[in-house]
Amino acid sequence: MSEENSIKKFMFVNRKAPYGTIYALESLEVVLITAAFDQDVSLVFIDDGVYQLKKGQQTKGIETKNFSPTYRALEGYDIEKLYVEKESLAARGLTEDDLLVDVTVLDRKEMGELMNQQDVVFSF
Amino acid sequence: MLHIINRSPLTNSALESCLRIAQSGDILLIEDAVYGATTGNAFEPKLREALGRFRIYVLQPDLEARGLADRIIEGVSPVDYGGFVDLTCTNTSCQSWL
Repeated sequence: MSEENSIKKFMFVNRKAPYGTIYALESLEVVLITAAFDQDVSLVFIDDGVYQLKKGQQTKGIETKNFSPTYRALEGYDIEKLYVEKESLAARGLTEDDLLVDVTVLDRKEMGELMNQQDVVFSF
Repeated sequence: MLHIINRSPLTNSALESCLRIAQSGDILLIEDAVYGATTGNAFEPKLREALGRFRIYVLQPDLEARGLADRIIEGVSPVDYGGFVDLTCTNTSCQSWL
C-alpha cells in the first residue's frame, strides 16, 4: 500500500464541556496518539464542546489540571484543522475572540458536509 | 430546600426540570451547571425569570475553571466552598438533580 493510500481522514467530534466529565480530556489524548501516526486529523467543536476552547480557564480552585493550553500546542503536532460550529458559539454568547486558539467557524451545513468527507469519526 | 444542579442546561434537562417543579428556595449551580449562570447563554431568559422565585447561587471555583467568572448574570450570587457548606446548613433539606 502506498503511503498516500494509508492516510485516512480522522474527525474528532467534541460535544462535551471540559471538567464536568472526562470526555474532553480523553479526546485530546486520542487526538495526540492519532497525530503520531501522521493521519489527516480534524477536530470539531459542537454544542457544549465549544466551551473547551474558552479563554481564561483557571482550574486552581477545583484542583484539576487545566488542559486548555494543550489546544494551542496541537499545531506543533501538525494538527491545524480546528472547526467550531457557528450556531453552538452563538447559543453560548461566545465569539471567535473568546477562544484560545485560531479556528475555522462553519455553519451547520458546512459542518455536516465536512463530516461526510471523513473516513473515521470519533465522538466524544 | 436547596436544589443542587451540576449539568449544563443546554445539554441536560436537570435545571429545567428543577425550575418547572420546585416552587421556591435556593438553587446552587455547580460543575457544568455554572454555564447556566452566564450572560449570552441561550438559557439566560429562563434563568432570569427564575430569579423572581428562587435565590440562585453559583460555585465560583467552577466558573473560574471554565473561564467565565466575568460573565455572571446579575442577581446570581457567587459562593465559594464555604458558602456551599453554609447553604447545606441553612436549608433543612437538599436535593441533587442528577
